[in-house]
This record gives sequence, structure tokens and C-alpha cells, in this order.
Amino acid sequence: MSLDLARRVAAEVTDPEMPMLTLADLGVLRDVTQDGETLTVTITPTYSGCPAMATMRDDLVHRLADHGFDHVDVRVSLTPAWSTDWISDEGRRALRDHGISAPGPAPRHDGPVPLSLLPTRRELTCPRCGSADVRLTSEFGATACKAMYRCSGCLEPFDHVKGI
Amino acid sequence: MSDHDSVYDGLLGDSEGWAFGTSFEDPLAGVDTTIPAGVDAGALATYCLMLGDDALIYSHRLSQWTSNAPDLEEDIALANIALDLLGQARLLLARAAAADSAVVPPLPEGSPVPPEDALAFFRDEAGFRNVRLVEPDNGDFAVTIARLLVFSTYRLALLQRLRASNDPVLAAIATKGVKEVTYHRDYAGRWFLTLARGTEESRRRLLAGLALVWPLYDELFRTHPVETAADNQGFGVDPSGLADEVGVVLEQVLTTSGVERPDVAPTGAVNGQMGRGGRHTEAMGRLLAEMQVVARAHPMGLW
Repeated sequence: MSLDLARRVAAEVTDPEMPMLTLADLGVLRDVTQDGETLTVTITPTYSGCPAMATMRDDLVHRLADHGFDHVDVRVSLTPAWSTDWISDEGRRALRDHGISAPGPAPRHDGPVPLSLLPTRRELTCPRCGSADVRLTSEFGATACKAMYRCSGCLEPFDHVKGI
Repeated sequence: MSDHDSVYDGLLGDSEGWAFGTSFEDPLAGVDTTIPAGVDAGALATYCLMLGDDALIYSHRLSQWTSNAPDLEEDIALANIALDLLGQARLLLARAAAADSAVVPPLPEGSPVPPEDALAFFRDEAGFRNVRLVEPDNGDFAVTIARLLVFSTYRLALLQRLRASNDPVLAAIATKGVKEVTYHRDYAGRWFLTLARGTEESRRRLLAGLALVWPLYDELFRTHPVETAADNQGFGVDPSGLADEVGVVLEQVLTTSGVERPDVAPTGAVNGQMGRGGRHTEAMGRLLAEMQVVARAHPMGLW
């Protein structure tokens, strides 16, 4: 069995909650290695409570089994912690094409995390009409990784992937 | 070629999983859980239970808002916060079980319940090590915001220091948690300000909420012997050292909101013990009953 093939198959498995993204584009797929008959696939959770981990694991096992890889061990890696900075350019394009605003650079704090009592200001544009006149409606959205916005130009609501 | 015999086959890796579990059998699958040199396994396990139980019990409380919050955005926000904390709880309880299996309650021979679920669903009240702040009923939205502000400020300060733990697993859990709890604290702080400066009624409710929460504030900084050991051995944090940092952040919110610290007496210890020692408030028994009843009725439940 070819490790290259296994890597290609694993890289094409999509995220269950944002199926326009592959696990590779999302930065969740960390490694695929082979030891004899056994493939070891390493993934990392986006958020601690990401409920999609089980589905990702099963999808990886099923897709790889479709291509003849019968011994697949899916492992979790916690370090380094996932960051939206790992979403690929291809992934960012795919998000925009599906009406989801891609994340800006993830915040970095060397010292104590500062408290922010004002609504988060992000430079972003509506993924539908391109207007920069957008309004944050909620810092939490349909999945842990998204905030909700509304465009004042075209009046459509849209999701924004938060930088973490 | 992956025809499914059961509708659950597409969702679950194994055809027979415990009926109430989370199905990704081990959130630490493949993670190196070797105990660092100089660290006492029992103390590490108990310390992980403390931080894991804080997250688990508070997650359960917050999840009670689901479908009951004042509007859809807050419903989603509180559910997301509960989910983040549940994820932290799973990792911490799994870490506790991996460090010392003696902390996991015994189950019937052949039970399919994984250790993290055994810890969540089959421990009795005295076995839980969470601070008492996370136990009382949610109350109204203002009480909820007051408690969320205090809890997330405390937890963020704690997790920031825990990133330097000499246990790589705890350090990794903390590093992820800091990113999440930063959002929780900002959410609570903004709502605190909004309610304080909103209407007379919103301010009245917020002040009442803060006064309800405040008696359990002091306990956050009382050091249990296990926390002393954690600090001495380099894997954990002595909470007494967090009081100033937490106080400064809260003062920032209170001052901006024009709210003073409530002048109320702290809830005392019972027979010398508080939450970290397994002594809890009256609300805890009812909370556990609700959380555990189905799992306890079916310790062998498979699907």
C-alpha cells in the first residue's frame, strides 16, 4: 500500500460541519505515517469541545478502508494547539465561495490576555457583496469556531470564522 | 463497499459503543500520558479532577439555558461556552484517569463505560472536587452573567499560568483553554456592562445576581493541600496566587460599570472542607441527580 495514496485520500476527507473544507485545508490533519500494514493518522481538535472529532475519525477510517487501508489508527495531537492561521489559502477561498468570511490573523498574547469590553472590531467584508459595512450580531455562532455578522449593504447575515 | 447495517454505523467507529458516551473513545488517544519525573500520580489525578469538575459542573449548569435564553444569540452563546467547557472537562477527566486509575469508580464486570464517563456519571457527590461557585441554579440571565464573569475571569487566570505546567498534557489543555475562555470572559464582561448601564430593572437584577454569587468568591483562592502539592511539584497552580490578578480584572469591569463589590460574608467551610475537599452546596445533589440518572440506570447500556 502506498503512503502517498493514503495521504491523498486522508487529505480529501472533508470537515463534517464545514464540508467545503478538507481536513487538510482546515489544518486539522497533522500527519499520516505508515508502519507495516498500519496507518497512523494524526488529527488535532479545533476547539476542546469540538463534537466533530468522532465523525472526522470515522470518515477517515471509512475513506481509507475504501482504498484498501484496513488498519488505520487515528490519534489526537494537542500540541501545538490548532490555530485558524493553519487554514490554507485554498481553504480560505472555499469558505468565501460558500458565503463564510475567512478568519484574520489569530490574536497573540505574550503577557496576560487583555480584557475587551467593547465589541471585537475586525476588518472584514461581506462574502456575498463585498461591502465593508458589516455589523457583529454575536460572537458565537452555529459552531464553536464562528461568529455571526450581518451585512448593512446587502442585508444578508453571514458567518465569520473567528481567529484563534 | 462501506454499506451500513445500522444507521449508527456511519456515526460510530465501533458497532457497539456505550449508549451515553461521546463515541470518540478517548480524547487523549495517542497522546503521551507518561507522568513527569517528580510528580505524584495520585496528586496529579486529583488536581485534574478539580479543574475538570469545575468545567463539567458549570458546563451542565450553562447547558440548562439551551432553548431558554432571552434570545437566540444568547442561547447559542451560552451553549457554545458550555460546549467549550465540556471539551475541557473531557480532556481533564481523561487525563485524571490516565494518571491514576484509582480515581475511577468501579463498574460492573464488562461495563462498556470509558473512564471519563465513569468519572462524570458514576462518582458520588463527595467525590467531586469542583469549587462551589459552579453549583447553584442559574437564576435569571443577570445572575448567570455575574457568575460567568467571576468564573471565566478566575479560570482564564488559572489556565494562563497552567500553560507552564511541567505535565505536557495539562500544559496543552491549558493552552487550548486560554483561547476559548478569553471569549467567555469578554462575553460576560460586555453583558455585565450592558446590564449595569441598561435599565433600572437590568441594573437591579445584576446587583442582586452579583450579591448572590459573591459569597462563593473567596473559596476560589483557598488552597487545598492537593493544590499545594501541584504547585510544589510544578504541574499545577496555587490558587491563592491568582487573587490579585482576578481582582484587578474584575475591578476593571466593576468600575466601568459603576458597580461596587458586594459587602457579603463568604460561605464558610463545612467540617473544614469546601468544594475542593468534596463538600458541596445543597444544589449539587439535585444537579448530579439530573446529570447522572440515565447513565446510572443503564451502566451496561449499548447500542
